[in-house]
Amino acid sequence: MSDKSNSIAETDVVIIGAGPVGLFAVFELGLLDLKCHLIDILDRPGGQCAELYPEKPIYDIPAWPEISGQGLTDRLMEQIAPFDPVFHFNRMVAGVEKQDDGSFIVTTDEDEKIKAKVVVIAAGGGSFQPKRPPVPGIEAFEDTSVFYSVRRTEEFKGHDLLIIGGGDSALDWTLNLLPIANSVTLLHRRDAFRAAPDSVNKMKALVEKGDMSLQLGQVTGLNGSDGQIESANVKTSDGDIVDVKCTRILPFFGLTMKLGPIADWGLNLNENLVSVDTEKFATNEPGIFAIGDINTYPGKLKLILSGFHEAALMAHAAKKHIDPDERIVFQYTTSSTKLQKKLGV
Amino acid sequence: MPKITYLAHDGTKFEVDAENGSTVMENAIKNSVPGIEAECGGACACATCHVYVDEAWTEKTGSPEAMEEDMLDFAYDVQPTSRLSCQIKVTDDLDGLVVKVPERQA
Ligand SMILES: Cc1cc2nc3c(=O)[nH]c(=O)nc-3n(C[C@H](O)[C@H](O)[C@H](O)COP(=O)(O)OP(=O)(O)OC[C@H]3O[C@@H](n4cnc5c(N)ncnc54)[C@H](O)[C@@H]3O)c2cc1C
Ligand code: FES
Repeated sequence: MSDKSNSIAETDVVIIGAGPVGLFAVFELGLLDLKCHLIDILDRPGGQCAELYPEKPIYDIPAWPEISGQGLTDRLMEQIAPFDPVFHFNRMVAGVEKQDDGSFIVTTDEDEKIKAKVVVIAAGGGSFQPKRPPVPGIEAFEDTSVFYSVRRTEEFKGHDLLIIGGGDSALDWTLNLLPIANSVTLLHRRDAFRAAPDSVNKMKALVEKGDMSLQLGQVTGLNGSDGQIESANVKTSDGDIVDVKCTRILPFFGLTMKLGPIADWGLNLNENLVSVDTEKFATNEPGIFAIGDINTYPGKLKLILSGFHEAALMAHAAKKHIDPDERIVFQYTTSSTKLQKKLGV
Repeated sequence: MPKITYLAHDGTKFEVDAENGSTVMENAIKNSVPGIEAECGGACACATCHVYVDEAWTEKTGSPEAMEEDMLDFAYDVQPTSRLSCQIKVTDDLDGLVVKVPERQA
């Protein structure tokens, strides 16, 4: 993990996105002696596989008749370990700027900077961002009374909190913010929770003691003015509408993917996908490549298998971009002692 | 082939012939029923294929499994008859099934 000192780290390649394709790119680049830093807004590797379907089986990974999303992620992490990739999680890539010497400065939303010779966009369907719950008029309260994540707990001090959801985020923040909030109400659709049983039990004990409230139901509307929330209309499971007083709302409705800042980097886009060629998977900006679900070209299939192929070809093109004069000798991992040394086998 | 009727939110009726073994979501997409998005392609990972099963059919369609219930938490205006249509498999038993499309997806 990086520190927050805005310091400029230097590396050969910055990979934006630690989904399966970004991860495998570390391997292909590593075989060509290129060191990688990966940046992802999620708190762990695996992209869609880890976030959307960790336990579901994938049947079309060559030589793996069946493997789960998390299983595939774990295997990839094991496979790339010899190359010591540096991960920066919980970071959104905000900007990519070309320098006079042809290198790039990649900036995160925490204003950290990483200098790299090549940038690989492996951003998949875009960065994972909290889903806006389908409550009419919620936009008017966002960032003043409604927050989708907790950046600074101070923001919630002394407030009447309404936390919505039944997963780990909802339960964890309920327990963590209770000591500093004026009051906490946890709202969930039903009396069954996806969150870890331990946190659910803790929450229920607090409700029992009268330290917080648990309300079963769904939000149908919000009341307040000038961005300041005063209460939420909640439809209970019996169909009654009750008014829950609150000054801050934290909805946890899962994540969705949004293209985000990539749209502003001057790259040729086609329906929110980055256009590349099929020889190098290069974008219109020399030194910036795009692989995996984020790219598009004639015949593109959004498959993990295709992303892996793209990573291999891209790596050779990236190596040529960095060392135009070096001759790349094509080698097999099975027989090349040089490659095996890099892999530590 | 079993027949399925979709009632769009504006009241428009879509009657389609569905193959056994396909899902109620797949038939909606194939026939461009408005209001069914199915972002995740049927993996029970998005909750954008939410429908209300007509009361007369809830017994036959059965109730959601735990994973589907978890996903329904993210849907809008969930009711006792709510289901994710990608998790309902078409069988001869469901010939005549009626489902309503909600006002909006998550
Ligand atoms: C339910 C489901 C089932 C699937 N089943 C299969 C299957 O059986 N076989 C198959 O081949 N494929 C399957 N897929 C598709 C497969 O998951 C994708 O093709 C694959 O995940 C693409 O990998 P990726 O690395 O390109 O992108 P992703 O997995 O989307 O990862 C991209 C990462 O980049 C991050 N990111 C994006 N922008 C930024 C930014 N600006 N800053 C920081 N981070 C950023 C995102 O947070 C994300 O973690 C399935 C997908 C779903 C949803
Ligand atoms: S299509 Fe995504 S949950 Fe049904």
